[in-house]
Parts: sequence; structure tokens; C-alpha cells
Amino acid sequence: MPRTPGADLPDHPDWLWNSPEPKHSYDVVIVGGGGHGLATAYYLAVNHGITNMAVLESGWLAGGNMARNTTIIRSNYLWDESAGLYEHAMKLWEGLEDELDYPLLFSQRGVLNLAHSLQDVRDSKRRVGANRLNGIDAEWLDADQVAEICPILNTSEDLRYPVMGATWQPRAGIAKHDHVAWGFARALDRMGVDLVQNCQVTGFDRIGDRITGVRTTRGDIAAGKVALAAAGSTSVLTDELGLALPIQSHPLQALVSELLEPVHPTVVMSNAVHVYVSQAHKGELVLGAGIDAYNSYGQRGAFHTIERELTAAVELFPMFSRAHVLRTWAGVVDVTPDASAIMGLTPFENLYVNCGWGTGGFKATPGVGWCYAHTIAHDEPHPLNAPFNLDRFATGALVDEHGAAGVAH
Amino acid sequence: MMLIPCPWCGPRNETEFHYGGQADVPYPAEPQELSDVEWARFLFYRANPKGLFSERWNHQAGCRRWFTVRRDTTTNEIFQDDSHEAVTR
Ligand SMILES: Cc1cc2nc3c(=O)[nH]c(=O)nc-3n(C[C@H](O)[C@H](O)[C@H](O)COP(=O)(O)OP(=O)(O)OC[C@H]3O[C@@H](n4cnc5c(N)ncnc54)[C@H](O)[C@@H]3O)c2cc1C
Ligand SMILES: [Zn+2]
Repeated sequence: MPRTPGADLPDHPDWLWNSPEPKHSYDVVIVGGGGHGLATAYYLAVNHGITNMAVLESGWLAGGNMARNTTIIRSNYLWDESAGLYEHAMKLWEGLEDELDYPLLFSQRGVLNLAHSLQDVRDSKRRVGANRLNGIDAEWLDADQVAEICPILNTSEDLRYPVMGATWQPRAGIAKHDHVAWGFARALDRMGVDLVQNCQVTGFDRIGDRITGVRTTRGDIAAGKVALAAAGSTSVLTDELGLALPIQSHPLQALVSELLEPVHPTVVMSNAVHVYVSQAHKGELVLGAGIDAYNSYGQRGAFHTIERELTAAVELFPMFSRAHVLRTWAGVVDVTPDASAIMGLTPFENLYVNCGWGTGGFKATPGVGWCYAHTIAHDEPHPLNAPFNLDRFATGALVDEHGAAGVAH
Repeated sequence: MMLIPCPWCGPRNETEFHYGGQADVPYPAEPQELSDVEWARFLFYRANPKGLFSERWNHQAGCRRWFTVRRDTTTNEIFQDDSHEAVTR
């Protein structure tokens, strides 16, 4: 008898979460089922005992930037405010596989941030000093030491922008983004939290400046508190309330090569020639760079952006000239003027905002969840996210991370 | 890659242009009079619509002039802005 192709494949694994109908009312409704929304719901349940809660997702769970990012995790940011938040996230990452009892493929293979000019060298050394004062692992490496860690990197002097050294954070690394979302989702489902997919929030119910619920494509839902975690689509929601936010939505692209033997031992990032590269567990080279210049909600970008980052990649890694682009894609990232996130209270009672993570919020996922959950539960920011309030744009207390976050990651 | 209609040079590749963001953001007439909140609005806040957006482009590698187009931020469809004469005076 001829065999049906695929007939001997294993059964579909058990579903990790259910897809319930939304109820009419919840204590807390979270808008957006990406990494941040899921992590926030998780810590609301675990740290604050709130489980009468729904995460509403317009598409499928974690199909936005959570599915599209290049998974770089690090905490070597310059300013104390950022160091506090990102390092808190890093510590949570270090226990997250055990906590969720789910494989996240969290791999602390380190990150090299390359310096290509004397100014880069000075800025990098300054950042290493700042990191150390904040208890974050950081070292300055010269070009020979860089070559020891990453032998496939071209550290010769004949590059147009030679590698003059790098900062090194050994505890940095990558994780499997989908597994992170699924691990949180499975835990939430087990605690009785509703994960509602294909449910787009289209507006809000309010009494004066108090938010009392959301309108959705699956009916109106009353809510004690509403927490936004909609990343690149946040402005569309807040425009409904006339609440202006200093964010601009842009395409951010990434790409992978075919599966290759393991050749790349760490994560390499370069602000100056603008590319960053790691190699996923399966073997693809994972590359990304900067946003496309214009505002867009289109989840796609232009090929010349890809071409530019590949030029940089091949210059830095000559052996990559033999690799092929297998797939490119884009997400929609919400960029702020100071390259730092916005997290906290809003002028509306019972409405909370977390957005502006732009090109670099994956690494913060558990830290965002922890601090945003605190903010929602106590109606007051956690000390670690207090500096990331919306008022800073008027007071001038910006957290300018263009130096450490200037490359998209 | 978008083809962007420069009013003077015709449709050209996106790589020749520099993006300028939201159009029609005037410099405050009385900057000294602004409160911190108003000043923040001028400096940091720009519209971020999903759909039609009036925006500035500079034909950097061409005639080097600024102009305004209306573009749909989901489809990238571009509509020539009939006010471009006014804004390039
Ligand atoms: C190409 C690329 C590479 C990146 N690389 C890195 C990296 O290496 N390291 C790093 O730290 N960060 C990186 N980032 C950034 C990171 O992905 C984001 O900052 C982070 O994922 C944002 O949080 P999130 O996971 O909650 O977002 P998302 O996954 O985008 O979640 C938002 C969710 O809200 C939903 N939503 C929106 N509007 C509504 C609505 N009205 N109703 C219901 N649901 C709604 C969306 O469908 C979406 O699922 C990258 C991003 C991109 C695009
Ligand atoms: Zn021109």
C-alpha cells in the first residue's frame, strides 16, 4: 500500500493554552498578547494574586514583534535608570526556565559591541565603567582579545572601519522568542487567565476620565483596569482617547540565512557600520540593523535597508559572503525621542501604558512584566520604571540611550 | 523601495531622499511664552496615524528641495499633496 506522505509524523502535541470566549467583565484587561502583555499578566497573577484577567490579542498570540525580533538579551546600557530595569530583567531571565518549567533556549553566549573609531573607543570605555558601577558585568577588549572570542570576525586593520576593540558582556545572549511567549502563555492558562485571540480592541468605555472597559471586535468588555501593551500599534489606541504619545511607528526588518554549521560563538553588534549578528540554535545566521526611515504600520520594509546591513556583515565576517538570505520580514516598532520606553500611569484613571520599547524590548520582557504588573496592581510605578514616565518629556529628565540603543536589537 | 514623486524631478527611488516626518509643524510664534508642556509638544510629539499621513521629504541626492506628500502608512500608496507649492516657497 502506498503510504500517505506525512502519515507517520507524530501526533500534534497538546495545546499549550485554550482559546476561551471573552467574558463580559474582568478585574484587569491587558491589550496586546505579545511578550510584554503575557509577562505582565504572569506577574500580576504570581506576584499580586490577580487572575480574573484577560489578555486580548487582535491577531494570534505573540505574532507581532515578539515573533519577529532577533532575540538579543543584554543589560549593558549607559544610564542608571536603564541599567536598573534591564539588569532586573537579566536576573529574571537567569531563573525563567525554572520558573516557567519550559525550555526557553536561553543561552548566555555573551555580546560584543564593536568600536570602530577613537570616539567609539572612548564611549565604549565610559559605558564599561558605568556598567561596572551598576554591578553589571562588562569588560573592554582590544582587537586581539575580540578575535580570541570571535575568530570569524575580521579584525585586520585593512577594513574601511577597522575593529578597534569592543565591550564584552559575558552574561548577555539570546533566547528562543516563541518559547518565551509560549512558556508564559501555558503558565497563564493553567492559572485560569483568559488568553483571547482574534480580539481587537477598537475603543474604550469611560466615565469622564475614568476608563471602565474596552470595545472589541468580539463585544464590549468591562474592566477594573486596562493596561496597554500594544507596541507599534499603541498610538492607534490612544488616539481614540485623544491621548498623545511621543512615539513614531517604523518598520524594523530582520533576516536569516539557511541553516549552517555552528560557526558564530557569540553575539556581535556594531553601531557604526550598523549590523548585528548571532547564530540561532538551529543554525541560521540571524541579522538585523536599523529601522526604515519613514513611519509605517505595514510590517514590511525596503530591500536597500537589507542590502546595507549585509554589506556591513560581509565586511565584518568575510565567510558570510557564501551564505544566502533565506527569509526577510519586518515588525512595527514604536520609537521614542530618547530611545527609552514609556511605562506607567496615564492622565486617565485605571489606564496604564507600556510602549516605546522600539527596537529593543525583547530583552526587557520579564522585567517589563514584573514592573508593569506592580504599576497596575498598586496604581503606582515600581521604582525601576518610575523614571520612564510620560512626564519626562516635559520635565526634561530624558533617559537618552541613543549611544547604547542606537543600533536596533 | 518606494518611488517618491519629487515635484521638480518626477518619481525617483527612495534612496535619493531624506525623511522629514510630519508636515506642517510650525515653529512656535512666541517660543518664550510656551509652558514646558507646550514646548515638549512642539519638540517631541508628532502625529502617528495608521492611514493617511502628510509628511516631508527632502530630495537629498537630487534637487535638494523639501516637499510634502500624503502617504498611506499601511500600504505606502503616495498621493501628491496639492499644497507643495505653498510649503516650498
Ligand atoms: C526585526 C526586529 C528585531 C528586534 N530585535 C530585538 C532584539 O534583538 N532584542 C530586543 O531586546 N528587542 C528586539 N526587538 C524589539 C522587540 O521585539 C519589541 O520591543 C518587543 O517585542 C515589544 O513588546 P511585545 O513583545 O509585547 O510586542 P508585540 O509582540 O508586538 O506585542 C504587541 C501585541 O499587541 C497586539 N495589538 C496591537 N493592537 C491591538 C489592539 N488594538 N487590540 C488587541 N491587540 C492589539 C499586536 O497584535 C501584538 O501581538 C526587535 C523587533 C523587531 C521588529
Ligand atoms: Zn527633486
